[in-house]
Amino acid sequence: MSNIFKPKIVSANDLFDGDVVYMDGDGNWSRQIAEAAMASAPNAAEALLARADQPAKVVGPYLLDVTVDDNGIQPEHFRERFRETGSTLNAKFARLNRSSPLEESAVTQGNR
Amino acid sequence: MYRYDEFDDALVRDRVQRFRGQVERRISGALTEDEFKPLRLQNGLYLQLHAYMLRVAIPYGTLNSRQMRQLAMIAERWDRGYGHFTTRQNIQFNWPKLTDTAAILDALADVGMHAIQTSGNCIRNVTADHFAGAAADEIEDPRPTAELLRQWSTDHPEFAFLPRKFKIAVTGSPNDRAVTKAHDIGLRMIRNEAEEPGYEVIVGGGLGRTPMVGKVVRAFLPKSDLLAYVEAILRVYNLEGRRDNKYKARIKILLHETGLEQFSAAVEREFDDLKAVQGGPSVAVDPQELARIEAYFSAPAFEVLDEADETFETALAADGTFRAWSKQNLAEHRQPGYAIATISLKAIGEVPGDATADQMRLIADISEQFGHDELRISHEQNIVLPHVRKRDLPAVFALLQTAGLATANLGLISDIIACPGMDYCALATARSIPIAQDIARHFADPTYAQTIGEMKIKISGCINACGHHHVAHIGILGLDRRGVENYQITLGGDHTETLAIGERAGPGFGAEEVVPAIQRLIDAYLTLRNGPKETFLMVYRRIGAEPFKKALYPDSGSTAPNPPAPSSDVISFSGTAG
Repeated sequence: MSNIFKPKIVSANDLFDGDVVYMDGDGNWSRQIAEAAMASAPNAAEALLARADQPAKVVGPYLLDVTVDDNGIQPEHFRERFRETGSTLNAKFARLNRSSPLEESAVTQGNR
Repeated sequence: MYRYDEFDDALVRDRVQRFRGQVERRISGALTEDEFKPLRLQNGLYLQLHAYMLRVAIPYGTLNSRQMRQLAMIAERWDRGYGHFTTRQNIQFNWPKLTDTAAILDALADVGMHAIQTSGNCIRNVTADHFAGAAADEIEDPRPTAELLRQWSTDHPEFAFLPRKFKIAVTGSPNDRAVTKAHDIGLRMIRNEAEEPGYEVIVGGGLGRTPMVGKVVRAFLPKSDLLAYVEAILRVYNLEGRRDNKYKARIKILLHETGLEQFSAAVEREFDDLKAVQGGPSVAVDPQELARIEAYFSAPAFEVLDEADETFETALAADGTFRAWSKQNLAEHRQPGYAIATISLKAIGEVPGDATADQMRLIADISEQFGHDELRISHEQNIVLPHVRKRDLPAVFALLQTAGLATANLGLISDIIACPGMDYCALATARSIPIAQDIARHFADPTYAQTIGEMKIKISGCINACGHHHVAHIGILGLDRRGVENYQITLGGDHTETLAIGERAGPGFGAEEVVPAIQRLIDAYLTLRNGPKETFLMVYRRIGAEPFKKALYPDSGSTAPNPPAPSSDVISFSGTAG
């Protein structure tokens, strides 16, 4: 088993609509994986996860492995790729709010 | 059909109010997620990969046009305009917001529906033969029994926290369309030698990671003893079932580890005790209450008709598409001049079991105008019009055609059961629906599908087997194999009264290899069968798995049967395509 640390980000589901969210460097939640804060060492990953314990905003935060290429942050596992892009069935099932304001979201409500 | 009385209505309204308060307390922080999760699950609310999911109970798969229209309204107002009908005759909404769920539950209560006990370690929605009350082969309508069990099990305080979930199915026909042998309890309505009505009681069936065929614990149970006996089974399970390991917590494991004889003896002791010591209204079926329930399920006012109908026969002769649909999607009704019509939710390339709000409304209209206002959801994810006059079938078919609901593929290779898989489900290890869509597209040619004949393909996206792959003629199980979707194939399963668990064929296939693998199996079958009347399952039972394994794995050194040319060479895994 390799001991090489893989870069990690934190993901969770929004409390209010269940959508996939990623924690950014300020401890806020974004629906854009590009805005996720990335940990490159175990201690940093633990600190990220501790900061993600925000039950008023999200459900079930956890760390996931990512790689970084010319297109930015990429989830390593196919499950996380599907979470990021939305249901693969049809364009109508793709995640709707990825580039729109986070109305009705935990982030918005939590900041009121 | 059954209508909620004032007790049902009060109970459901009370639950909605309680849940509204629980949601508010979760949002305010008064409840943690760990505290809230079991509460939301008890009200059918899951958190899936991309969103919440609300599972709504459709007791024994029966609903009327008003209820179907309400589901359509909910889909449009609070979801994304469609719903997904499941293998347990329920409907799931895939995109509700947490803050809308109490309003949705209120809207359901307005039409006598709810989401109670659609999740959690309790007695789940009781399922039944989707042809109940209509089928020509029926001994007795299973719905009064299912409704009695629903009333008995709803909010039953003793069985609210079982070791694991508990599923009951009832059939009133010798041809089992309710998969009774794959349930925690399966009830088959039978007659004894004195022609008295009763049940064969089957316990310990199930799919999931440890598939098992249910065993008969009581060959004949008088009807009046039903609740006491079921209560006895639940008591033994509640006391003895394992709670230390969720993978060994189902009653099938208890029965397997205890042994049939010992388990049955324990149930009989509990049953005797219930009758002798605690007997009374709580466990004995009150004949008056049963009669009240049965009255709700009395047959519609059927017209006295000849079996043959001129309008129907003329349309059959004139219209090939109607002829094909009638051949495939109609079943024999017990009343002359009537038919059971099944609406396929498996249009080629669409998501199995999905219906849009517009489709739901059209189906509701058809049911009201032509079908005595009754609809059924089948465990095979289709919708049934149980009572249609044959003379009305051409008009029904024409309306279905306007909404993409007239696919003539019932029981054929494209009539595939598929669980939501990794396109929705948080438990999934691989996708299911895109595999189903690709197979359906590949075998879209109706003539070729007819040539293949009866074929049950069922796909699950994880070992929990919501897609019933174990009991498919060809089962497909999606797994995560070192970070890549991989699909195991099982052969020879059977979901009927001769229920059998399919045998794993060998190593799994990559997603893009599944359709070619299915094609090789079909080629082998067409070569090996003794004429078109011998189905895939019959051939499998006659000659065994080996010839099919050779066809599946041609590079393993064996000689595969020489196949006829396939009808199509289009093989693509289009899971990411629109």
